[in-house]
Amino acid sequence: MPVNNYWKRGEPMVLAAGATLAVILIMTLTLMAVILGNSLGYFWVKGLVRYKLTDGSYTMGQHTATERHALTDVKRLQLKVGNRDLYAQDFRWVDYSEIAEQDHPKDAYLLERNEHGNFFGFLKELKGLDGAPVNADYANLTRLHREVLAKRDGLQAIKDEMSSLNQSSERLRLKIQKLEYRGAEANGVAIAALNEQRATLTATFDRLNEQLNQRQTELAVTAAVFSDAAGTTKELPLLEIVRFYQPNQMSVLAKSGAYLTKIRELLFDDPRESNTEGGLFPAIFGTVMMVLLMSVFSLPFGVIAAIYLREYAKEGTLVQLVRIAVNNLAGVPSIVYGVFGLGFFVYGIGGSLDKLFFPERLPTPVFGTGGILWASLTLALLTVPVVIVATEESLASIPKGIREGSLALGATKFQTLTRVLLPMATPGIMTGLVLSMARAVGEVAPLMLVGVVKLAPTLPLDGQFPFFHMDRKFMHLGFHIFDVGFQSPNVEAAKPMVYVTTLLLLLIVVAASGLAIRFRNQMRRKYTTSHF
Amino acid sequence: MSPEPVALNTQSIVEVERLNLHYGASQALKDISLSVRRNQVTAFIGPSGCGKSTLLRCLNRMNDLIDTVVISGSIKLEGQEITGNQTDVISLRRRVGMVFQQSNPFPKSIYENIVYGLRIAGVNDKPVLDETVEKCLKGAAIWDEVKDRLHESALGLSGGQAQRICIARAIATNPEVILMDEPCSALDPLSTLKIEELIDELKERYTIVIVTHNMQQAARVSDATAFFYLGELIEMGETKKIFTNPEKRQTEDYITGRFG
Repeated sequence: MPVNNYWKRGEPMVLAAGATLAVILIMTLTLMAVILGNSLGYFWVKGLVRYKLTDGSYTMGQHTATERHALTDVKRLQLKVGNRDLYAQDFRWVDYSEIAEQDHPKDAYLLERNEHGNFFGFLKELKGLDGAPVNADYANLTRLHREVLAKRDGLQAIKDEMSSLNQSSERLRLKIQKLEYRGAEANGVAIAALNEQRATLTATFDRLNEQLNQRQTELAVTAAVFSDAAGTTKELPLLEIVRFYQPNQMSVLAKSGAYLTKIRELLFDDPRESNTEGGLFPAIFGTVMMVLLMSVFSLPFGVIAAIYLREYAKEGTLVQLVRIAVNNLAGVPSIVYGVFGLGFFVYGIGGSLDKLFFPERLPTPVFGTGGILWASLTLALLTVPVVIVATEESLASIPKGIREGSLALGATKFQTLTRVLLPMATPGIMTGLVLSMARAVGEVAPLMLVGVVKLAPTLPLDGQFPFFHMDRKFMHLGFHIFDVGFQSPNVEAAKPMVYVTTLLLLLIVVAASGLAIRFRNQMRRKYTTSHF
Repeated sequence: MSPEPVALNTQSIVEVERLNLHYGASQALKDISLSVRRNQVTAFIGPSGCGKSTLLRCLNRMNDLIDTVVISGSIKLEGQEITGNQTDVISLRRRVGMVFQQSNPFPKSIYENIVYGLRIAGVNDKPVLDETVEKCLKGAAIWDEVKDRLHESALGLSGGQAQRICIARAIATNPEVILMDEPCSALDPLSTLKIEELIDELKERYTIVIVTHNMQQAARVSDATAFFYLGELIEMGETKKIFTNPEKRQTEDYITGRFG
């Protein structure tokens, strides 16, 4: 009976299992391909195409997509035309039937600007450092741009001084506030002295500010006049230009160089243009720091709880209930954790801290508002079940003989635990940590309630005392995706950034897991019994 | 081979009297009384589930690990009661070492395995530890095989070597009694032979109680043999006598292989 045999051998089951695996693999690979395809190409400098349309007008931009119109079935192409300050829109659709001529002008410029996105156009005039006209060519533009940027960097010293003055002034303000809170009259002398100090600081600050403004105005004199394809001119101070290319003249090598520069910008610079351009450094930093901080909370808590549950608590209904509760915690929607974090950590604990330690600043909160500390704690709560379950399981999987061997040598339970069991459980605990970190990196919903912001002016870790600013709000890659993709004023232009951010987030997860897995495998080699 | 019988009181180191042990509702040991003599090898034999391992584990209180165990009766080590709540279990286990059926080296270096008992007792003096390692490894007849890789993981050893490391580890705390729970059941004949030779050497300094399923082994290594059946001590005496001329019919049947 061959049919009977066929079923008995379980062939259909094997086939089904293989097919399921294949579907999962294909879905994963497709997702990866979409993310990689859309993000890796983003930084490649695309050539500029100039179109002469049938009505005689000109337009120029980067070809981004081609499609057939859904209703008219007319083939059309999408151009990124840039020059948002001139056209109010970054993109435009052009029907193929409208195109009379097209060319790739060699002298076309692509400017990346601090504001209003990219500019595509032609260099018409150039004003030197003193504002006098100079020969408008690529070499002069390059030289002047470099000089202007160098001078601007020279202003950084003034900015730093202003920033530190600002901080000192703020500290004085808080001190005065505290004294006033304790009794304005009793501390009148001290307050007056502090106010005087503060006035001096403010005066210095104002002087520096004036100096800075003046220098900047001077720098703004150096400008270039560009015209777009249609001939509309626009004067741009060189200060406003981040970098510029002549994409139609660039070799592959030059484009690769530009590519690397932009990757570096992405990793190490601050965002521009409401997050749709520039770097992601604050978001990367915020994400990594929050996850590390979360691990600091969740790892010890989870491990200790698991040790108690597995080794010390007497097995019974209560322990079983606790275990079920812990396992089910992983299934609670993460937004619920966010709400809990907001109510318990931010308003409850944070609010009480403010009342106890910073009463003079109320109603302005210090800890009573979202911050990286509360976000980490909220996520720690969310991920601690994973650590508990992993630790419990790895403790349970240690052979009974090892435990008995240690106890039979006169070790106490605690010594057995710390000297033998925990080292052996480390690989399993690491697995739990990896899983919890991966989960934490990807969470966005709860963070929106407890401290993530669109744009954080300062990092949670910096050179200002006390260096670790646990109360500060922070940026996060996951939230960045949401914000740039769905909340930004220019969604179409921000689309590539969404893919890039996703890729970065994935890379961080992979890097973190990779490190932990490497570490775990080392431990596993060390602590696995060989067979004889 | 075995010494002349001497009055039990002067020679015995462990005295078990009217010991009853229950796992919850089921009784595993019934009214056991026996004594183990100093510097002798005492073998516990009997079919599976007869309580011999349970009795062995009473001698160093390993049964404490099981919540449902209830013990009545008395066990004395050197005349000192060890079943009560007042007994210092930690120091008892230092005095009564144990070797298990499955060799269970810790995932540490050979060196750290041997000094484990000393380290947990707070001994961290390097010369003392070094000396103990050499002495114990020589005592367990494995020094020559591992002296060049003391700081490598003990998990890389063969089964027989690992079992001798466990014996070395057990004698490192300088116990008076060593309990062996079927120490050779997972080993090949050659490793078994080495362990048996080792047991013969060890009894000059230690008292050894060994649980074994292997009748020939009991006959080869032990001086006294106790036969258990269904939680009862059927017969105990000098090994030679038990194996050649047992008093009880059950013993004879078991030894000759007619049941069990």
